[in-house]
Amino acid sequence: MASTIRVRAIANGDTTEVQALIQHPMDSGFVKDAQGAVIPAHFIQQLSFEHNGKRVFLADWGPAVAKDPYVKFAFKGAAKGDELKISWVDNKGASDSTTAKIQ
Amino acid sequence: MRFVIALVSAALAASVIVSAAPASDAPDPAADAEAFRNYFVTKFPKVKLEDFVNGPYSMNKDMRRQWQEKEEFPPYEFALEAGKEMFAAPFKNGKTYADCFENGGIGVRQNFPYFDAKQGEVITLELALNRCRTANGEAPLSYVKDEMASLTAYMAFTSRGKPFDIKIPDDPRALAAYENGKRYFYTRRGQLNFSCASCHVQSPGERLRAEILAPALGILNAMPIYRSEWAGMGTISRRFITCNSQTRAVPEEAQSEDYRDLEYFLSYVSNGLPISGPGARP
Amino acid sequence: MNFSIEKFSATRRLVLQGTGAVALFGLGGLAAPPARAAANDKYPEEAFKLKTDKDAIQALYGRTAEASDKVKLDAPEIAENGAVVPISVTTTLENVTSISFLVTGNPNALAASYAIPEGTVPGVANRLKMQQTSNVIAIVDAGGKLYSATKEVKVTVGGCGG
Repeated sequence: MASTIRVRAIANGDTTEVQALIQHPMDSGFVKDAQGAVIPAHFIQQLSFEHNGKRVFLADWGPAVAKDPYVKFAFKGAAKGDELKISWVDNKGASDSTTAKIQ
Repeated sequence: MRFVIALVSAALAASVIVSAAPASDAPDPAADAEAFRNYFVTKFPKVKLEDFVNGPYSMNKDMRRQWQEKEEFPPYEFALEAGKEMFAAPFKNGKTYADCFENGGIGVRQNFPYFDAKQGEVITLELALNRCRTANGEAPLSYVKDEMASLTAYMAFTSRGKPFDIKIPDDPRALAAYENGKRYFYTRRGQLNFSCASCHVQSPGERLRAEILAPALGILNAMPIYRSEWAGMGTISRRFITCNSQTRAVPEEAQSEDYRDLEYFLSYVSNGLPISGPGARP
Repeated sequence: MNFSIEKFSATRRLVLQGTGAVALFGLGGLAAPPARAAANDKYPEEAFKLKTDKDAIQALYGRTAEASDKVKLDAPEIAENGAVVPISVTTTLENVTSISFLVTGNPNALAASYAIPEGTVPGVANRLKMQQTSNVIAIVDAGGKLYSATKEVKVTVGGCGG
């Protein structure tokens, strides 16, 4: 199956800009389906980015983060060709991870 | 023009006018398209012609910024990838979608819909994709669900920037289809008594409840679209159906003759404007 | 109002790059699950369950924040759809360790909280849901003190409905 994680990490000098989009329903637990039953909360709780074994960014998310969540940040100290490891875990214990090459 | 002629006819002898009137009443798609484009360009002098394909985002600055933010990593990206995979996956008989289209289906979105002289009907991209499936022994896809939207998203993406190039051949049936689509566009219907034009010609840029109305010029160039309101993708079929139901009119079946003719008309009058799909919309 | 075409080509280029990256690294999904958390990376479950922004900030940081013009919060005047509201923050403050977003009109105010390790630029952009017109608050923890910026975002189509 295709990864749920899309990443763009682009180095510009010493700063690397990272954008990630993750395929996830991010159900809030406040929405009802067509039959009127509450759709249980299902959302990513933590999303982590690591470069050379060092964490460079950690997101703690609640159900108010939009469906197919997006995040953008930047960090220093990486070079083109370095690898960035991205992983998430949700409130049901599901997880995914991937590695992206910095461009 | 017609108005002018009517005035003139009141002033002059009828015999002079009779010969002029039929000519001006005959369907003239090229003149329609020019008048259509001029109407929008005049109404929105600050909007560049090719920007009309960006719908409500060409009309409102605050929304445009939100759109640019979305386009940094667009929400249709997953559909685009799914469509690319689907497009390449062979049918059970070993053939693929590419075998059904000119240039293997790459960069051809701007040529749809077209009038098929053999079948005597308008062929939209969505219809062509399903005819391709059935011709190869596969069940057709739903016109309003994700798979069809993913396929058209991919085909639009490979055609981005190419101007709509819709042709109306010298065939009375093609002209009739165009005229039927035009009639559908301007006819009021439903409990709210709205025509397509009530919103998308008279009121683009204005709010209808929470939404900013898109201009009809270029409105199909961005299809299919990811709508935040749908939290997912939608085809042209889906958009027409929901437009009808939002104005409390009875929607037609997806890919009905009226809808296909409407798509023919709307695409033709947007000739020259670039394909921008897949798009993201509120 | 004149960048649509450039925008398209830029986006197209980026999307193509993105697709390439996916093709190359799509097998990453088989890799190990995320390394779970030294104690200070623990998911702040309780803070996300609290109703008000004040309670959530207290639970997260144990302190109150003061408004600062060094915290730049960027959010739309009118959200095009409450389901997807682009919101970002940047700051000129130094020694930033954490940035959080709260939406006062949501059932639970805390939306997202980000750890900013040393070497990471103190700024983040994300997309949040908003149920109704309300304030969005950005909190920046810098040098052990809390700073905030607040902006009202009007919501006409709520992001929590069906």
